[in-house]
Amino acid sequence: MLALEHIDLTLQDGSDEVRILNGISLKFEPGKLYVITGPNGGGKTSIAKVISGIYQPARGRIMLDGKEITGWSITERAKQGIRYAFQNPPRFKGIDIGWYLRLAYPEITENHIRSVMAKIGLCPENYLNRVVDSTLSGGEMKRLEIASVLLGPTRVAVLDEPEAGVDLWSFEQLRDFIVHSHQRSEGRITIIISHHERFLEVADEIVVVAGGVVQERGTMEKIRPLIEEGINCRWRNICLGEEA
Amino acid sequence: MLNQIDKNLLKEIAGLHDLPQGAFNIRKNGVGLARQSVEGITITPKTDRPGIDIVVDPGVTGQSVHIPVILTDTGVHDVVYNTFEIGAGADVLIVAGCGIHNEGSEKSQHDGIHEFFIRKGARIRYVEKHYGEGGGTGERVLNPVTILHLEEGATAELEMVQIRGVSNTERKTEVHQGPHSRLIVNERLLTHEQQYAYSDIVVHLEGEQSSAEVQSRSVGQDRSVQIFKVGLIGYGPCKGHVACDSIIMGAADIRSQPELWAKSGDAELTHEASIGKLAGDQIIKLMTFGLTEEEAIRTLLEGYLK
Repeated sequence: MLALEHIDLTLQDGSDEVRILNGISLKFEPGKLYVITGPNGGGKTSIAKVISGIYQPARGRIMLDGKEITGWSITERAKQGIRYAFQNPPRFKGIDIGWYLRLAYPEITENHIRSVMAKIGLCPENYLNRVVDSTLSGGEMKRLEIASVLLGPTRVAVLDEPEAGVDLWSFEQLRDFIVHSHQRSEGRITIIISHHERFLEVADEIVVVAGGVVQERGTMEKIRPLIEEGINCRWRNICLGEEA
Repeated sequence: MLNQIDKNLLKEIAGLHDLPQGAFNIRKNGVGLARQSVEGITITPKTDRPGIDIVVDPGVTGQSVHIPVILTDTGVHDVVYNTFEIGAGADVLIVAGCGIHNEGSEKSQHDGIHEFFIRKGARIRYVEKHYGEGGGTGERVLNPVTILHLEEGATAELEMVQIRGVSNTERKTEVHQGPHSRLIVNERLLTHEQQYAYSDIVVHLEGEQSSAEVQSRSVGQDRSVQIFKVGLIGYGPCKGHVACDSIIMGAADIRSQPELWAKSGDAELTHEASIGKLAGDQIIKLMTFGLTEEEAIRTLLEGYLK
């Protein structure tokens, strides 16, 4: 079980302090797939970065299987199986894809790397020796990013907008890979940050975040009518400080 | 014949664990230590000055020539002139480089002047690694000069690497290219502590449809100083591109000066240069793989200088 308890997050914007998250409390159960959705700027990516240790909360606790991990570094969390796929993954001069994936999981065999690459649409014969630099397209980078997180025995996989930049043809393949990888895992918590309906419809639970707070959470059946009724507009207004 | 220090230096600069296969000449502390010619490749000592003549017969392919230099005595100043004659249509790998082990207080210096005549349609891949080690206070200095003459259709790929341990280096590279010749230069450099590195590359694209691609990547750490000058001179229809990237760390000082000179409207010359810190998101990304910050930085630099 991963739990965020009363998380406040404040970030510096020049000389100003900006409150990003306000008292976020969420529980994520093993074996379940969650989608965090909501308007831009609402705090979704900040939650992902708090979970992975990139941001340290100003208040609150993070618990993993009953143990407090709030003060743990990014490295310590990664070693405990908390992995984060960036929304905009960085590029690396001189590091090829094979090396990159072995950095993510050094114990993984080359056969396994090849198998995963094939499943995400990066033919290993063509891509294994490609450098992870600007010669890869945004969609290729995104697929590689997902692979680097789901390649090994990840306990908590946080995937930040996995659909961004991926073409329609590859998207279905990528989505299937994420879902199948989750289903085959032993109790993995998968948290997807997405607006895409094809992810929303496979979620065990959807969390709607706007204005730095959890607005709603529930199944697709519960959330869909709210979206269809245009309540999404209300969340947008909350983000803009114009409570409807 | 080779002691452990010699073997370590040879491993660092030429990937050798013992005497190599094929043609070779190993020079230690200013004296030839071992030499071997093979069919199609002849190595003979010069008679008028220190150095060797390496002659690769026309059409020889798939062969290698190792000519490493090592200095293990302190206070040595070794100057050597090597001339390479690469016959038409030949295709060979040449592994040079110099390693210095200085345990003393005096300066150890090697100045290697290499001149290549690469005949019609011939191709070389030239790998030159520089390395320094030893606990002495004496400087470890390497000043290579590389001059290439590429005839019609000839190709030269130069890989010039200096990773750690060299106090001071001044490298000069001059290339004259004939028609349809091709040059690829990959320079990799890491300096640290108070080290100084100067590199000056001038490429004369004299022949029609000649092309040159020069890529330099460097990392400057601590209080080290680096100066890069790369000049492409186009005399007619030709193509040339220069890319100089540097990562600056600590209190290092890096100057990068790409220069393009077109003597003809048909010359297509471009350059790009950048100096910057390691990107924070790259470090964080590798930390999300479980690497510590130090391991992440080391990995990034290893990849960058690969």
